[in-house]
Amino acid sequence: MKRDPIYGIMAEFDSAQALVDAARHTHQAGYQKIDAYSPFPIEGLAEEIGFHHNRVPLVVLIGGIIGGLTGYLMQYWMAAVDYPINVGGKPLHSWPAFIVITFEMTILFSVLSAVFGMLALNGLPMPYHPVFNVPRFAMASKDRFFLIVFSSDPKYNPAGTRSFLEGLAPRSISEVPS
Amino acid sequence: MNEPYKTTVEDERAPVIEPGHTFGTVTEKISAIVLTRPASNGWFAGFGIAFMLTMMMLYAVGYLFLKGIGIWGSTIPIGWGFAIVNFVWWIGIGHAGTLISAILLLLRQSWRNSINRFAEAMTLFAVACAGIYPAIHVGRPWLAYWLFPYPNTMGVWPQFRSPLIWDVFAVSTYATTSALFWFIGLIPDLGTLRDRATHPAARLIYGALAMGWRGSARHWARYETAYLLLAGLATPLVLSVHTVVSFDFAIGIVPGWHTTIFPPYFVAGAIYSGFAMVLMLAIPIRKIYGLEDFITERHLQNSAKVMLATGLIVAYGYGIEAFMGWYSGDRYDAFTLWNRLHGPYAIAYAALLLCNIFIPQVLWIRKLRTSPVALFLISFVVLVGMWLERFIIVVVSLSRDFLTSSWGMYYPTRWDWMTYIGTIGMFLALMFLFLRLLPAISIFEMRTLLPEAEVKE
Repeated sequence: MKRDPIYGIMAEFDSAQALVDAARHTHQAGYQKIDAYSPFPIEGLAEEIGFHHNRVPLVVLIGGIIGGLTGYLMQYWMAAVDYPINVGGKPLHSWPAFIVITFEMTILFSVLSAVFGMLALNGLPMPYHPVFNVPRFAMASKDRFFLIVFSSDPKYNPAGTRSFLEGLAPRSISEVPS
Repeated sequence: MNEPYKTTVEDERAPVIEPGHTFGTVTEKISAIVLTRPASNGWFAGFGIAFMLTMMMLYAVGYLFLKGIGIWGSTIPIGWGFAIVNFVWWIGIGHAGTLISAILLLLRQSWRNSINRFAEAMTLFAVACAGIYPAIHVGRPWLAYWLFPYPNTMGVWPQFRSPLIWDVFAVSTYATTSALFWFIGLIPDLGTLRDRATHPAARLIYGALAMGWRGSARHWARYETAYLLLAGLATPLVLSVHTVVSFDFAIGIVPGWHTTIFPPYFVAGAIYSGFAMVLMLAIPIRKIYGLEDFITERHLQNSAKVMLATGLIVAYGYGIEAFMGWYSGDRYDAFTLWNRLHGPYAIAYAALLLCNIFIPQVLWIRKLRTSPVALFLISFVVLVGMWLERFIIVVVSLSRDFLTSSWGMYYPTRWDWMTYIGTIGMFLALMFLFLRLLPAISIFEMRTLLPEAEVKE
């Protein structure tokens, strides 16, 4: 399959407020496949571009449950089944003593799933991405705000989308080669 | 309703970030330390000294591997000498970094944004220093991996009823979490450095570490959730770590160890010494790199207040220990107290009370809370005091237990001192490298503090 030579059209804004307003208008105009880039997290921006299903908490919950079970069952099996040693007549399945490690393993697995789950859901690491083909995009990590409409959007057409974005009063508009 | 009151209170305080900054200037100023400013002679001198101390530590540890634990002063009855004193001291120092980055994040204390990055780095390096001690203290350090439950041909597993194995899990979870939390926080800033670096090698390295971060709104949403969850997970974790460290003592029956006050008072002591270390690092860093706009008087004041509060909790802990020595009616507990006041280590206990309780009370004076020089000196005193606390808990308790026949004295050797001073050197060397290679202040979190970052619906 041949890739579309154009990845999308990108508009540059001066402020966080301008980006949020532009994102809202673009989404309300019926564009589905859009994205917004900012140098710091902006509350509510993801909702404006139609992102509602954040699955990070679920991943962490599952990781935590697996960690807790692993921690407890590991200790039970090692101390009571595989290597039962009688120490001063203490019960082999001495569960209060197992709580600390169960807790630590819950935290450890939750942390690992939060970190690697977030990276995986974000598709990182990603060595190449077309947005970096726009030279001005280097400012997205400093003080500029960008909005992109992907060429895969059903409503996308080169001239129409460009003039729509121009209507949002951006600072500049660039075509993003893929 | 209480808006007017709130405003007046806000006005009296120093700002978190000096006025007049924009996204651009914040980015510029913090990334310049890494990207454009040449390393000064002072940096080379400081790093050189720290590096030499690190080499001294490696020499001491190398000789230890060759000769064995006998070169240290630890011997029966005091089998836990400097190694455990320094382990607890270092790991405690690390706790302030997690407190600042996780607990203050959950409490929405946005002033933390300018000190959390290097406080987290401090945590990481302090835990690295702490981790050395148990590993080299086991006698045959090349077998230290026996601490972990791995399938082995001997067919044995660790003893999970022992607090020492709890400690292995707590500390290794803590080290992993601190490293990941720190790295996740760095990713957006690494993207900034990648976009701003001019040298191709720097672009490549920062680019690889940033992993293609592009600041997409979807990414930020997941990132923020993950970051908040990590903070929520790190909070009980950090409290558990020093609790488990205190279990190493409290589960034992030695007089002076066997007490239920240990977990809270260890945690408070950890934060106490950690904030002292934060101040000892922050005060020179802000001065040398001209970061007074970002690490303001407000940060110094707040850190001083945390020190004052946790110091009082520590004082309460000492008070309860002394009270229980009398109230419990246990003659060994009573003797422990008497021994601390009048025994051969009485001078250390007096110094402890002076450093940890009496001198820090000057922090009630506002003028001293805002004076960098005074805070630097008080922080040093607190760090010495917290070291003495661990010395008294470990050494003095073991030196006088139930039977007079098993009493003894502890004399650290030069190898103990070389290892201890060497880890301080290693800690500083890592800090020096960190300052030059990574942004010492979180750039993207500083941006969110600026008024222009606010968005109305």
